[in-house]
Amino acid sequence: MTPTTTGAASREAQKDTSQVRQKTMIARHFDRLAAAPETGEKNCYTFVPGNLTELLLAFDMLPVLPEINALQSGMRGKSAEYISIAEKLGHSEDVCTYVKSDIGMLKSGNIGPTGQRLPNPDLLLLSYTGCFTFVKWFELLREEYHCPVAMLHVPYQADGKITDAMRQYVVDQLRGTIIPMLEKISGKPYDEDRLKACLELSARAEDDLVFVLQSAKHRPSPIDAYFGAVYYVGPIFSSFRGTSEAVDYYRELRSEIDERMRLGKGPVTPDGDMPAERYRIVVEGPPNWTSFRQFWKMFSDEGAVSVASTYTKVGGVYDMGFRHDPSRPLETMAEYCLGCYTNLSLPARIDLLTRYVSEYHADGFLINSVKSCNSFSAGQLHILREVEARSGRPGGFIESDLVDPRYFSAANIKNRLESYFQMLEQKRAGRVS
Amino acid sequence: MSDLSRLAALVSRADALYRDYRLTAVRDWKSRTGGLAVGFLPIYVPRELLHAQGVLPVGVMGGRDDLEIIKGDAYYQSYICHIPRSTIELGLNGSLDCLDGLLFPAICDVIRNLSGMWQMLFPAMLVRYLDVPQNFDPGIGGAFYRHELEQLTRDLTARGAAAFDADRLRRSIALYNEDRRLVRELYALRRRQPWKVPTHELYVMLRAALVLPVEASTPMFREYLELADRDETRKPLDQARVLLTGSFCEQPPIGLIKTLERAGCYIVDDDFVQVHRFIRSDIPIEGDPIENLVRAFLNDAVASPTRYIDAGVKGEDLKHHMAESGAEGVLFCSASFCDPALLDQPMLVKAVEREGIPWTAFKFAENSGQFQVIREQAGTFADSIKLWSGA
Repeated sequence: MTPTTTGAASREAQKDTSQVRQKTMIARHFDRLAAAPETGEKNCYTFVPGNLTELLLAFDMLPVLPEINALQSGMRGKSAEYISIAEKLGHSEDVCTYVKSDIGMLKSGNIGPTGQRLPNPDLLLLSYTGCFTFVKWFELLREEYHCPVAMLHVPYQADGKITDAMRQYVVDQLRGTIIPMLEKISGKPYDEDRLKACLELSARAEDDLVFVLQSAKHRPSPIDAYFGAVYYVGPIFSSFRGTSEAVDYYRELRSEIDERMRLGKGPVTPDGDMPAERYRIVVEGPPNWTSFRQFWKMFSDEGAVSVASTYTKVGGVYDMGFRHDPSRPLETMAEYCLGCYTNLSLPARIDLLTRYVSEYHADGFLINSVKSCNSFSAGQLHILREVEARSGRPGGFIESDLVDPRYFSAANIKNRLESYFQMLEQKRAGRVS
Repeated sequence: MSDLSRLAALVSRADALYRDYRLTAVRDWKSRTGGLAVGFLPIYVPRELLHAQGVLPVGVMGGRDDLEIIKGDAYYQSYICHIPRSTIELGLNGSLDCLDGLLFPAICDVIRNLSGMWQMLFPAMLVRYLDVPQNFDPGIGGAFYRHELEQLTRDLTARGAAAFDADRLRRSIALYNEDRRLVRELYALRRRQPWKVPTHELYVMLRAALVLPVEASTPMFREYLELADRDETRKPLDQARVLLTGSFCEQPPIGLIKTLERAGCYIVDDDFVQVHRFIRSDIPIEGDPIENLVRAFLNDAVASPTRYIDAGVKGEDLKHHMAESGAEGVLFCSASFCDPALLDQPMLVKAVEREGIPWTAFKFAENSGQFQVIREQAGTFADSIKLWSGA
């Protein structure tokens, strides 16, 4: 659910050292994937929420994230064609466009974001965490690839808490289903010490990521916690959590952000440093990827900075205190999966957003409701009303899609955003007077 | 009263129950018994468990084309299916205020998120998201599901229902076994003689049973079965035998079902109101009754699109139903924006095509009011089957 730095936006954006490092990390990863048929390295397709990257690394398996491939297809202008291919094959216009983009990419040769062919999966690790569509997605891929599937069902936090039964259910699946399958596919035995070492690295990287995300409490915010932060969460949400590369990346990123704060700088935007912070906004919902740069500019041109976002929590809500705990390896992975943002109940999501508005001193919050994602979108109008009522801050609501450009109406969205920012200005003036 | 009159009266009563948004039958039951009534959304909950604690399980299946959605639309974007907005509408307009609780089975993200909204909108109600396992190992998924069911019994007791009692649950399982057996017989009769059991009649029977105690639904099914079977005025027509799939959650308007029948289709199998058939056969009564409910869910449930199919081939269940029903064609009839149905459809289409069975697909919303396009599509489909099938 996070872009690599190969997209159009990043080509023209300023590049910090950490970005260059991330780009190198990703390029190396895709090189390994491309060479996997020759080197014999095993790979595993899986999802961002509830990913078990440390466990895969402990088996020397390479993760492939179809969601990220789909969003990359959106950023590279390929998704319209891919979606069209899938719809011609009978996939409904009503369903998730990540799925259709992925199917279309597969049917077009499975060329990944770096232009290299992705290997067929040795395993589909179906981590059903917070999104029912994942189940169907991998049932569809299984029909294409005829490869094994390992299902990890993560129960939903309907009552806002993780119970012992939920944790035990996930641990039992890890121990009884997932690990034996990984042993079989990789041909390697489960090495818990190795897993613990990865989890220890995860926790270190998570500390630094949280520092970066929480730097937005500073005025001016040195980061954009929605558009900019999708790059920051990239390594930790995807193939690098649990690696020393991720630890180095986040240490470097933290240092850069720390320096921006010291210098009183705002975030980097598509046009360079943001000159002045006019509006501090909390954002709910995933971004649109087909017009990512244009969408971002609609904010930055108005001096609007995202100070917190929920999308950057789909791969883990670290800023609320969760850290991977190497002393309880399976339990901590279970808790990680259970705690991902889209696995939270609607009341818990409302609590989190309200807290963000308050803690980050936001002027308001915006919901980008995407057609593709019922997990996010169903209930967002209720969220809008509740967060407005609780926070006393005005909410805005725009609609788009993840990777289907047919559902990104630039003029309409821009018009709505401008009106929203004007409203914030008027409210601010009213408060002053 | 003649058999014909009795049949007409029975169908008419079922139709009235189906159309009664105010759930008068539930209100009457509550005032008679003083018991709790707990609703459930599609597709399946183990009603036996509620019944054993003296609770009336009530199926809540959304609205129809005659329900004006005033408030419900304010909660949902245009690209979300219709059932949550009509359910919200019914909640906010007081239709469901006789319910002491509402259960939300884990079938999709929309129903899942609705459970959270319901918690906030109706804090006085017992609101339970019934998470069902996608791991079918009895020691793993089964253990989790058992815990969910045990938690539900405790929640019901805390609300004033009778305490859990294993013998009472065994008796409830026996009652629902008989109820389900009769529904299976009705489906079997329709497969053999579809002209005897028009689907629009069968459908209102299934819907009526959602608001009745099992002690009343079982005799209703039995009487309908006997009367329909005996009715010699119902004669076969030259219609195409079709299997309808995709309508397991949001329900099509009854007008759509009638339209399909009038367009020349005998619906010989379907997935409407699937709670009555979600478990395929009798649940054992002997032994640990909760474990029996768990095992039935794990091992004997239909291959719903809401379940992960971990073994076998997608579409095997549909293939079995096609063979069993002698369907000559398949209608993919899904609610608009229904993720489980629409994401499943390409895989099911492949399965149907592997069998060389013709199919067609269309979508509906529960409040659709115009069926002309579907009538033409279904009519053409039925004609093509009659003209070009191997028979």
